[in-house]
Amino acid sequence: MDFIYQLINGLQVGSIYALVALGYTMVYGIAKLINFAHGDIIMVGAYIALLAVGSMNLNIWVALLVSVVFCVILGVLIERVAYKPLRNSSRMSALITAIGMSLFLENLFLLIFSSNKRPFPNSFSGVAFSIGDKPISFNTLLTITISLVLMFVLWFFVQKTKIGKAMRAVSEDTAAAQLMGININTTISVTFAIGSGLAAVASVFYSSTYPLVDPYMGVMLGLKAFIAAVLGGIGSIPGAILGGVIMGIAESLTKGYISSTLADAVVFGILILVLLFKPSGLLGKNVKEKV
Amino acid sequence: MRKNLRSYIINIIAVVVLFFILWGLMLAGIIDSYYSGILVTVGINIILAASLNLSTGFLGQLVLGHAGFMSVGAYAAALFTMNMPEGIPLMVRFLISLLVGGLVAAIFGIAIGIPALRLRGDYLAIITLGFAEIIRVVILNLGFTGGGQGLKNIPTPTDDTASYFAIVFWIMVLVLFVLYSFIRSRQGRAIKSIRDDEIAAESCGINTTYYKILGFTVSAFFAGIAGGLYAHYITILDPSNFGFMRSIEILVMVVLGGMGSFTGSILAATVLTALPEALRAFSDYRMLIYSLLLIVMMIFKPSGLLGTYEFSLTRLLDKLMKRVPKAKSKSKEG
Repeated sequence: MDFIYQLINGLQVGSIYALVALGYTMVYGIAKLINFAHGDIIMVGAYIALLAVGSMNLNIWVALLVSVVFCVILGVLIERVAYKPLRNSSRMSALITAIGMSLFLENLFLLIFSSNKRPFPNSFSGVAFSIGDKPISFNTLLTITISLVLMFVLWFFVQKTKIGKAMRAVSEDTAAAQLMGININTTISVTFAIGSGLAAVASVFYSSTYPLVDPYMGVMLGLKAFIAAVLGGIGSIPGAILGGVIMGIAESLTKGYISSTLADAVVFGILILVLLFKPSGLLGKNVKEKV
Repeated sequence: MRKNLRSYIINIIAVVVLFFILWGLMLAGIIDSYYSGILVTVGINIILAASLNLSTGFLGQLVLGHAGFMSVGAYAAALFTMNMPEGIPLMVRFLISLLVGGLVAAIFGIAIGIPALRLRGDYLAIITLGFAEIIRVVILNLGFTGGGQGLKNIPTPTDDTASYFAIVFWIMVLVLFVLYSFIRSRQGRAIKSIRDDEIAAESCGINTTYYKILGFTVSAFFAGIAGGLYAHYITILDPSNFGFMRSIEILVMVVLGGMGSFTGSILAATVLTALPEALRAFSDYRMLIYSLLLIVMMIFKPSGLLGTYEFSLTRLLDKLMKRVPKAKSKSKEG
């Protein structure tokens, strides 16, 4: 019974990781950029939702919507201002810009909101059902359900719509896609918009689970989500979901049965083992090198 | 050979002069102990940036876990100094433990490098990040490292910041000399050829795996030495000092200075360490300004401050000497 309880908890954390990892993996697939500022978009989303619920007394669902809209605009703006000028320069300088952007967001919010941790209102309280004597909260159930729905919608979007097809084409070969008349700028903007929107959704559920918001909350969450994306095979959407779920469950089981401080080490250990035996991640495509 | 000798002499004189200027200013009290402390940090950061530049700039492998090697070196050196018999003079213990710190870090470099360097590009970056995080978590959970409370009471060879600066300065000079000679040696050229084109290098008969691991290990060794210097300066070690952000800080120095330029690393390490202090007047906004500078810098000069350019005092002097007679002859004509 306890095992199933830990498993469901892991699934919940895992689906949050998966939502964030989707943003990393899509941006990486298209722009070949580790978007370090992605983790901080989660932080921004959490603060916006907190303001909407706490100061303006909005309903949590409205707050979620506000947060998503704000993060989508922010994500697209960041891409336009900071990443677009560097699209043709070396990947290392784009990486440093992303780090700079991440530091900028962190310090901007540190300045506005101070470093104090702020409590996030428990919005989805209540017990959905119980496993043995362990209660599963409504929040957990909702996180898993909504993540599943969003992933399905995203899959549909990428596979069936025209812009989704364009995204896949750009990630496969940017130059060829451009020759076929695909607007690269729009496609990249849409990718950043989707990624940031998913991050905003993740931020609200994450803050409802761990109800403390501070300017650095995005760093570790972003890092783990990125690891999840790499674990599943970066650039692959099902890979990000699989990676997120594996990480969440591994973390939850380690915390439950071994030691809570060692959870991070176990997670990174799994990553290293997977990469050693399957260097492009679980579902990643192995690109052959051509001379 | 004579040209080499001349250039050695010129550089040694320049370094000695620079040292005595700084040292003199410290003794005269113009640079107070607060600023000497910053200079010590600058020295340590220069070693870190230059050593990371070897693996990231010259070998071309993005490493996101340099702080991991630094922490291994720091803990190894600190524990070695603390556990050596008291009879040996502290200075000797200190120097031996620096070496031990470097060697332990190098062993970690080999152990991590052999599996990690099979991967390329961003995957390598992530796996080094993963190893660094594991090192941090393990240090946090081990008993003899002091765990989360930190390792306290590390003996320092000298309480005087100016004297510690002198130690750091000369070790830094030595490290830079070794790295600079290494990169211009046969091994160094092999390493640079891997960065430029791994397949071409391999087809020319260069054992790429061997040279990759060699570069990676040398880089880890010097990171360990920097860690040892850091440990004996701060005298208290806390695993949270060696997190992901520390690695990023060092990487930023390397990229900003120019990947493949030791001069660039020295310049960037100095500027980026001193900048937050210089911005202390705007203390609330300093990290904001720092991050904006980083973004603007990269957008307008993506190859870093110096690119792959190396400053050479000998070359500069040669240029000046040549220009002077030319200018004279011109004035005669006119």
